[in-house]
Amino acid sequence: MTTTVNLRVNGKPTKLTVDDPDMPLLLALRNDLDLHGARFGCGLAQCGACTVHVDGEAVRSCSFPLSAAAGKSVTTLEGLGTERKPHPLQKAFIDEQAAQCGYCINGMIMQAAAFLKKTKRPTEEQIKTALADNLCRCGTHLRIVRAVKRASEAMG
Amino acid sequence: MTRIEFSRRGFLATSGAIVVSFAAAPAAAAMRPPAARPAAEAHFKTVALDQVDGFVAVDAAGNVTIFSGKVDLGTGVRTAITQIAAEELSVPLDRVRVVQGDTALTPDQGITWGSLTIQVGGMQIRQACATARELLVGRAAERLAVAREELTTRNGAVVRRSGGKGVPYAKLIGDRRFETKVDAAAPLKDPASYTVVGRPVRRLDIPGKVTGTFVYVQDFKLRGMLHGRVLRPPALKATLQSVDDGKARRVPGYVATVRKGSFLAAVATSEWAAIKGMMALEPTWSSWAGLPESGKLWEHVRGSRVARDEALQTAGDTAAAMREGGTAKVMSATYDFAIHTHGSIGPSCAVADFTGGRLTVWTASQATHLLRQQLANMLSLKADDIRCVYLEGAGCYGRNAHEDAAADAALLAVELGRPVRVQWSRADEHGWDPKGPPTLIDMRAAVDGGDVVGWESMAFIPDRPKGFAVTLVAAELAGLPKDEAFPGNVHQGLAIPYAFPNIKATARWLAETPLKPSWIRTPGRMQNTFANESFIDECATVAGVDPLDFRRRNLKDARGLEMLERLAKLADWKPRTAARAGDGDVARGRGVAYTKYELVRTYVGIVADVAVDRKTGKIRVERCFVAHDCGQIINPDGLRNQIEGNVVQTVSRTLIEEVTFDRSAVTSIDWATYPILTFPDVPDVVIDLIDRPAEKPWGAGEPTAAVVPAAIANAVFDATGVRLRSVPFRPEKVLAGLRAA
Ligand code: FES
Ligand code: FES
Repeated sequence: MTTTVNLRVNGKPTKLTVDDPDMPLLLALRNDLDLHGARFGCGLAQCGACTVHVDGEAVRSCSFPLSAAAGKSVTTLEGLGTERKPHPLQKAFIDEQAAQCGYCINGMIMQAAAFLKKTKRPTEEQIKTALADNLCRCGTHLRIVRAVKRASEAMG
Repeated sequence: MTRIEFSRRGFLATSGAIVVSFAAAPAAAAMRPPAARPAAEAHFKTVALDQVDGFVAVDAAGNVTIFSGKVDLGTGVRTAITQIAAEELSVPLDRVRVVQGDTALTPDQGITWGSLTIQVGGMQIRQACATARELLVGRAAERLAVAREELTTRNGAVVRRSGGKGVPYAKLIGDRRFETKVDAAAPLKDPASYTVVGRPVRRLDIPGKVTGTFVYVQDFKLRGMLHGRVLRPPALKATLQSVDDGKARRVPGYVATVRKGSFLAAVATSEWAAIKGMMALEPTWSSWAGLPESGKLWEHVRGSRVARDEALQTAGDTAAAMREGGTAKVMSATYDFAIHTHGSIGPSCAVADFTGGRLTVWTASQATHLLRQQLANMLSLKADDIRCVYLEGAGCYGRNAHEDAAADAALLAVELGRPVRVQWSRADEHGWDPKGPPTLIDMRAAVDGGDVVGWESMAFIPDRPKGFAVTLVAAELAGLPKDEAFPGNVHQGLAIPYAFPNIKATARWLAETPLKPSWIRTPGRMQNTFANESFIDECATVAGVDPLDFRRRNLKDARGLEMLERLAKLADWKPRTAARAGDGDVARGRGVAYTKYELVRTYVGIVADVAVDRKTGKIRVERCFVAHDCGQIINPDGLRNQIEGNVVQTVSRTLIEEVTFDRSAVTSIDWATYPILTFPDVPDVVIDLIDRPAEKPWGAGEPTAAVVPAAIANAVFDATGVRLRSVPFRPEKVLAGLRAA
């Protein structure tokens, strides 16, 4: 028994046929759609590595069932920008060299992108609060904050 | 992200060709398994450490491939190695590719650990490149019929110093082997002429990492690949008595239950089916409760069976210096340092394929050559029939569970004869990765007037077996041949850099430790330096001398002294002879710590500024100043990134981290039960890099971490008058100290 779920992913109408529509959105993106920008970190909504946007809101896709995304618009790191045409945040992360292993960076960028839509010129403290629930083990935090600051300035 | 195609054609293109072809294809596409057999590849590409061909290949287009046994664990060394090779070979950066940690292609340069990647691995590559360059210059001299002194190298070609067109490397060697040994005497370029080394070249991997195209091991796929999940026992050494997989089999996509001893896995065609299948398994386990009582951990460590005591450093006669009735004041203290987990943000993962009696494993192992040997032992295969291929994972900071995931995948692939991917869960990673062992250190010193006249230390640390392997979880559970666990060189850092007249530093090697140990960033050096640099601070207080000055007085090392001078300036250090011990709600203080890593390499000094909330006991590290001398700097921005990471991660470890366990298993199995530092609590880091281009480059992946805990402890003392001697510095310990003061 399979089910079909219709949604938009990075602007494209997408039809997914799966055994279980309650599977995490994260696995559908990574395995069924080969979009691996979002990463599996904990599966418990504790770290943020899996963050994507659903209808513009930052969502932890490891704990968000595919069925809940039906009819909605999902944006992943790949949809934000590319190496050729990077989103201002992606560009700022490159300019600030804000990654070590980089495993957490998807979450940092996606969380920050949703945050910057609402808060135009955040202070460092605001950025830190906005990212307080995103974990980085490499200790790249200072560069991440600088990158988000830089992006916010570039975005005006 | 450049993708490596493991094509047979690439290896066979021309006689003796050893070129790995590159294809810039969308990374999302499934990567194909190597078509060539490991043994066949080894035949075409030497991995000998003493051969230039082990490390360097130039193709017909003049592109250079470097084969590095050391791997980039997210620290940026791929970029640094590219810089080293590009510099020494005089080729543009974008013409150099680095293949890392592939047992069929790269020399065994040892485990990527101990801050040795640049210092040792990078220098082997530099020497191979220098040998290659000399050979190319010689060939060009013959071809042009000029003296080699008239030639130099530029932009991938040998050119006349007087100008004019030269001979490109591709013409001289393209697609052919060097067929020569690495010459230890091959002259290296003069650092004064460097144009690439020493520059803050941007990391090659970051664009792909911030746009989602970079392929981590977690993203790697093979056609027809199955997904496996291992269900581990609820108690570490419980045995599997029976399992009912009736419900699991009803999950659509479920393929097989694999049971071998107490190793139990669910395998399915999709990852979600494997997860659901695993959760539907109904096993019966024996009970086991062999761990010590966690509340009595330190009594347990002190009372553990002693394998042997080893003198690490001796000078003079400490017993005489500390004898009763002398003029010296004898002081003692005990430091302890909790069990830590690596805490990689991405749980370990691996993919294995077993075809025609040969096993290939894609892994984020920091030791693919060693892993190959371990898998051969475990599976009773020949090492020659196994190929381990490195793909980056999340940062591991030592020997986490990457190798264990590889063993799980290998076992399943061999059992099923189909490619299998195994992804560990968060609870697997926190619960089953090997741990940084609990460390207890006894200190004694005799202080006479302003001087330390006697210094004794003893570290209680788990003994080291002969090999460097860490027991594979799959081998343990399945009852297959296995190695003992190596805890890392945890005695390092106990010997001190200070010129006291009487010193005795002893490793008390213990025959057991509660949880399976392995190395975590700065193993032993962090714990031992915490004790040394805290205790010397205590000595300075008793001696009535400013702690920074006290260190300077007892150092006879010009480079160390210069570093401390720079640190004092950087931090604007104001001498003091006693704790400030403010009594407001928030007390502020600063502390200093110093190390010369393992007494033979990188110098680091740190000043930490802390704020202690006297009501809650919470410590905030507000700012750290770091002065750092690791000799020749390859990439200053990469180095800063490492130093910042070391500080932030170690502040986390020092303030809050502690593995908890009951009598059966680890109980800190997620980020709620094992929290780490988050953005609001991250300190500023101010860095002064001391670059010495004419010196050897030393490591930087660990040394800064060694000095962080003591600097924080010493700062808390300055702020409150309380000595914290037990990591982590949780608020309850601070409050207890304040109450006792
Ligand atoms: S993987 Fe989703 S929050 Fe950690
Ligand atoms: S960069 Fe490695 S976890 Fe953040």
